[in-house]
Amino acid sequence: MNRIIVCMKPVPDPQHWNKVSMDHETQTLKREGIPTIINPLDKHALEAALSIRDAHGGEVLLLSMAPPFVTPTLREGLAMGADRAILLSDPVFAGSDTLATAHILAAGCRWIGEFDLVLCGNMTIDGSTAQVGSQLAELLDLPSVMHVIDLHRKEDHLLRITQKIEHGYVRLEAELPLVISVRKELNKPRYTPFTGILAAESKEINMLSNEELHIDTGLIGLEGSPTKMAGLELRRFKREKERVEGSPEEIVQVLVDKIHRYGII
Amino acid sequence: MDFQFSEREEMLRKAVREFAENEIPPKMEAMEETGDFPTELLKPMAEVGITGIITPTEYGGVGLGYLARTIVLEELGRVCGAMPMALQVHHMGCAVINDFGTDAQKEKYLVPLAKGETMGCVAVTDPTGGSDVVGMKSSAELKGDKYILSGRKCFITNSHTSNYWVVIAKTAEGAKGLSAFIVDKDAPGAKLGRKENKFGLRGANTGELAFDNCEIPKENLLGQEGGGLAVAIKTISETGRTGMAATALGILTAAYEEAGKFANERVLYGKPISALQAIQFYMAEIYTQLEICRLLCYRASWLKDQGMRCDNEGALAKYYTCEAAVNAAKKAIEIHGSYGIMKEYAVQRLLRDAVVTVPSGGTAEIAKVVLARAALAPFKK
Repeated sequence: MNRIIVCMKPVPDPQHWNKVSMDHETQTLKREGIPTIINPLDKHALEAALSIRDAHGGEVLLLSMAPPFVTPTLREGLAMGADRAILLSDPVFAGSDTLATAHILAAGCRWIGEFDLVLCGNMTIDGSTAQVGSQLAELLDLPSVMHVIDLHRKEDHLLRITQKIEHGYVRLEAELPLVISVRKELNKPRYTPFTGILAAESKEINMLSNEELHIDTGLIGLEGSPTKMAGLELRRFKREKERVEGSPEEIVQVLVDKIHRYGII
Repeated sequence: MDFQFSEREEMLRKAVREFAENEIPPKMEAMEETGDFPTELLKPMAEVGITGIITPTEYGGVGLGYLARTIVLEELGRVCGAMPMALQVHHMGCAVINDFGTDAQKEKYLVPLAKGETMGCVAVTDPTGGSDVVGMKSSAELKGDKYILSGRKCFITNSHTSNYWVVIAKTAEGAKGLSAFIVDKDAPGAKLGRKENKFGLRGANTGELAFDNCEIPKENLLGQEGGGLAVAIKTISETGRTGMAATALGILTAAYEEAGKFANERVLYGKPISALQAIQFYMAEIYTQLEICRLLCYRASWLKDQGMRCDNEGALAKYYTCEAAVNAAKKAIEIHGSYGIMKEYAVQRLLRDAVVTVPSGGTAEIAKVVLARAALAPFKK
């Protein structure tokens, strides 16, 4: 296996979620200024890629679509051991939904050229859609396996995979190339070694805009996103007290009405 | 002046924090219970680079220096004070061999320390010594091609978790009569004494070493015969004090965080107690101390990295930060009220741990002797 692409999304650090605000115009979250971390499941994907590379050689590439301010987070992936990183960044990408994002990542994969395996986290902690991996596979015309909890190289171009399904597991063998989305049960990501932090300083981060990728702008950004946000509002929870008086029958009726009105049942 | 950490230092902090928050808490109950250091964490710590942080790369370390080490110890101490206590003495064991060892000694003893195969240990204190280093009774005499060492060492961190110790003993009378030796724990006549039962920093092993006509090969002399005082003082004042300061800084950070979280969660009079000015003043005091101590600790280790003298700054950081950690932990307990003295809450451990940092690695009074010398130097006639 010569080249593994790991899709990595820098996501807002959950410790700073209280500082995330909303942009009511674009109906998206304002992420600027919020420290980012590597999406936790993407670390498991990266660990899987690094283990394969460490055992069999080859190259691990990080691929990310994000604004330029996330480069320190990509650098962390390089410090964990990835060989180089490609950051797809262009204002026209802003507001992309999962399908538009998959178009951009697919263009990134095509720009890279040859590869044997694409690894993704099953989902991200900010969007939680769990769609991009499969969409990317579809756009690259490759097979997709999601919910992967075990992964071994059987032969040079054959992987043995365990996939978690609702009431059990599926064991399957798959030929390369393909797109795999992983769950956290797959492995324990390594800690960033200090030697890796030093090595990452001289590793390359390639930044590509749509000038290099040439994606039809009708497919990307807000315009190219079929998912339209109908509304975005902050959910506020507050305690309210109300005293209900009357006969037991009357009180029960008030309660039943309220249960219906608030959609509790 | 530049008060910003570099991207490298920020990444280092993040990496250690992730390791510390995941790997140390599962060990802490047993550490508190038994007083034993979790030696099974040495190898994972070596893989990250914690054990070899100041050791040069040619001897298996990562050679990132003292500011990086302070960040590492601070982050470990934020989770559990006993970890940086043990690790900082481990680093003293590395520094002393790196600074005074021959190439052969470095190859033999420094590499396993960086790889986490054993722990560094420096044994200076005698029951009759301590602050009065020259007053020690442990003595060694050259007979043929061996030194014969007799005496006892007490309050020695990592005594029972190390395969070899750097031991200071008298080879002649007076300040120029001390010498340093690398003593293998299996050397004939070397014995492990009792394990101490401390009330704080419990997970850092402290114990006694006993030497009864212990035979040490001549080539295990570290530095020059008679140069032992310089070996002890350089190691304690540069590596030991900055390390103790960083340990206390970690505890102080933990006290600040525990106090802040509790003050925001505990509701009295219908609102979090952080809305009460009495509590706000406590928080302001802890916060001020924390910010002062950060600057002191980072500056002392930065000076060391620049190859500049850092003995006064190390003493200042050590003395001030250890005291500040005690004060912060006490205030954190007061913010917690009765919860603070319950074993389920971390703040009681933080106070016990902070108190133990005060006499460790040189008492506050010895630090003040150093500082008084510095303070009065400009006025000396």
